[in-house]
Amino acid sequence: MVEVKTADQLNKKFLRDGMWPTIFCNGCGHGVVLEYTLWALEELGWDMDKTVFASGIGCSSRMPGYINADGLHTTHGRAIAFATGIKAANPDLNLIIFTGDGDCAGIGGNHFIHAARRNMDMTVIMINNFIYGMTGGQLAPTAPLGSIATTAPYGNIEPPFDICNLAKALGANYVARWTVTHPYQPIKSVKDALSKKGFSLVEFLAPCPTAFGRRNKLGDIKKHWEWYDNNTILIEDYERIMNYGTEKEKEEVKDMFPIGVFQDLNNPGFFERYEKLVDRVMGGSPKTPVKAKAVVQK
Amino acid sequence: MVYKRDPKKIREVLGNKVQFLLGDMACVYGGLLAGVSFFGGYPITPASEVAEGMARMLPRVGGTYIQMEDEIGSIAAVIGAAWGGAKSMTATSGPGFSLMMENYGFAVMTETPCVIVNVQRTGPSTGQPTLGAQGDMMQARYGTHGDLEALAFAPSTVQECLDLTIEAFNLSEKYRNPVCVMTDGEMGHLRERIVIPDEKDLKLINRVEATISKNKYIPFTNSQTVKGSKVPDFPTFGIGYHTYVTGLTHNEKGFPATDKQKDHERLVKRITEKITDDADKLVKVEKFNLDDADTVFVTYGASARPAETAMEIARSKGKKVGLLTLKIVWPFPEKIVAKLAKQVDKIIVPEMNLGQIYHPVREAACGNCEVEVAPKIGGEMHLPVELLKYLGVK
Amino acid sequence: MKKEIRICGFGGQGVILSGFIIGKAAAVFMDYNAVQSQSYGPEARGGAARSEVIISDEKIGYPRPTGVDLLVAMSQESFDTYRDDLNKDTKIVIDPDLVPKHDIGRPVYKVQAQKIAEELGNKIVTNIVMVGASMAIFGLIDEEAVKKAVLDSVPKRFLELNEKAYQKGVEAGKNALKKI
Repeated sequence: MVEVKTADQLNKKFLRDGMWPTIFCNGCGHGVVLEYTLWALEELGWDMDKTVFASGIGCSSRMPGYINADGLHTTHGRAIAFATGIKAANPDLNLIIFTGDGDCAGIGGNHFIHAARRNMDMTVIMINNFIYGMTGGQLAPTAPLGSIATTAPYGNIEPPFDICNLAKALGANYVARWTVTHPYQPIKSVKDALSKKGFSLVEFLAPCPTAFGRRNKLGDIKKHWEWYDNNTILIEDYERIMNYGTEKEKEEVKDMFPIGVFQDLNNPGFFERYEKLVDRVMGGSPKTPVKAKAVVQK
Repeated sequence: MVYKRDPKKIREVLGNKVQFLLGDMACVYGGLLAGVSFFGGYPITPASEVAEGMARMLPRVGGTYIQMEDEIGSIAAVIGAAWGGAKSMTATSGPGFSLMMENYGFAVMTETPCVIVNVQRTGPSTGQPTLGAQGDMMQARYGTHGDLEALAFAPSTVQECLDLTIEAFNLSEKYRNPVCVMTDGEMGHLRERIVIPDEKDLKLINRVEATISKNKYIPFTNSQTVKGSKVPDFPTFGIGYHTYVTGLTHNEKGFPATDKQKDHERLVKRITEKITDDADKLVKVEKFNLDDADTVFVTYGASARPAETAMEIARSKGKKVGLLTLKIVWPFPEKIVAKLAKQVDKIIVPEMNLGQIYHPVREAACGNCEVEVAPKIGGEMHLPVELLKYLGVK
Repeated sequence: MKKEIRICGFGGQGVILSGFIIGKAAAVFMDYNAVQSQSYGPEARGGAARSEVIISDEKIGYPRPTGVDLLVAMSQESFDTYRDDLNKDTKIVIDPDLVPKHDIGRPVYKVQAQKIAEELGNKIVTNIVMVGASMAIFGLIDEEAVKKAVLDSVPKRFLELNEKAYQKGVEAGKNALKKI
């Protein structure tokens, strides 16, 4: 096998013939997330025969189509539920779900919540561009306050969804948020997420110059990309400042997006628990005592 | 650990060969005998007993039961499991069936074998949760958007709940299409004797798996293994075919072809013709006293029970009444009903709705005889005496 | 031959299990056809519940009863609610402690099922006592078939208790028969 050193070699190895060009616009963040994921897979050396990609509807959901592997492009918001079934039928498969903020936090929110709660063995890569891009720029549940969308022409008045803190509260084994603007931490983070048992989430803040940047006066593609660097802060710094910083420092960072690793646990995933249940039931002890303890274990 | 059907273990879990069993449980038994290894469900009256039975029994045969967060998730997981290689099913009732409609269409479009048991209750909306009805017969056929051919059974006895669930799996595997078992609250909560068929008498059909070399494999076209079959070979995830499966209109390779009229036409024609081509083979009816009948009940499911009693009473009074019970409702046995219409004066269609299967009956009768619907709503099946009135018998 | 049986009581009394046992005795342990159905409100406990069994030596079409050949009542509310369609030959079996107002101007068989169950140490087997008693009174199903159905339908760890309850029920039924 040829050693993969360049992006071209990476693409040749992992991408499907006959699906190019992608549907992504200039300056879009989706292609970058695809590349980060492929680098992580390359570093892990995973068998692509045993890796299955699932997605719902939206720009992010086209990504499995480009990868030379089994892929299930499902209905809007439901990819995680579909993936649950795939994994149940064959727990030896690795499941990666590409989803967007509308797909995952909007219409698919309930499936996301319950998969995280079950610590369902899969990795969700959510690309958050604050907007429904494919349908032309309607209001997303992650849209920052005041941002403009075709269906929020006077500015968004709804507080946005913080999907990482949600997953964290539900006890997901691994939760991280990054921007697409720097490669190294995200690639390592995707690799860590993929290596985890249980539920893992990597959220990418990604530009959508066409539907979000343009409407929200974030400037040209270059400026739009810089906006992410100027409006994010490492979670460790964010927490330090919010706990111990001066009022001025707090004021400066309070509206920024914390990025980094939000949670890193090693609790058993759903299928580890299920296998134990099957062993127990087949071994003749169908009952266990009820535990009153809170479900999330640190 | 991929599930492997173990007949000995299944029979151990099911127990005695002859049992006095609940209709809903008979669907569980049918599923397990057919080799179901994944059930995704959500509680809903009067179908919950199916999920409860599966939750109890599936782990004991090495299968997986997951209670999903809603019915949309249930059917999604069921479809996913099918792609992972499982025979999979779910069970629900009206409100849940309505929620499943989008993914039901996805299963049709992606040619995914799976079984949906619908223990119908009254509607619209929440209706009468504990009571039976047959209000979803048209939803099974036309409920999701776009063009499709539906496959749907309607059991009239508890034994048929078992037998037809097995048949539903067989058709779903054979045609790579979702199949509905349209039972109802009356059937679901009835207990009757069932006899578990012996292993040697079980005829199980399994999907034709893709085996052709990977560079020659075409995922969404006529079978490359079975000559003349419009059903593509199944590329189970994880065996290396790297298939892209999408609910978008796709070409034969499976890639999106959303702006191509020809690709769409070819795809949808193939996925409907694989069923319509076999429509004559897919007929499953039970005929009673049709030879000399001048008036005939054409019905299905629970409604066949009072119709049979009414027919017998009418016969004992000298009336020439017959009964045609449909076991497969979709595809509709058009030719049989058309022939019957030329032979009799009147067809009466008893249904636990205001008239659904009445419409294809009337269409098939094509004016050759009178067709009248005998509707009953409100959560009860017809009393035999109510049906006798349609026959002019007091 | 077609016989229709209605057992009623309050939810939680095991009314449905009683019907199930009788149906099973007829359909599994004898050669009859049987159908059992039930009606209940939204309450899991309390309220009037009923379970109905049709037993026939022919195929059963309409699966709900159209008459009642045997009415078994284990609560006043259900007795008052579910006896409007009795015919002159309907046999009526009640627990007089649970259905104190049972004087309806026709003979009723009285079986103190709950009292018998309590004497056996657990009120929970009241329904099994009633199954034994009512089947002894009705006389359609072999005593042995009902017994097999009882033992086949109750939790294994309560086999002995249920067997006793059934036997006591049969005796009580036979005694009640002598009184009418």
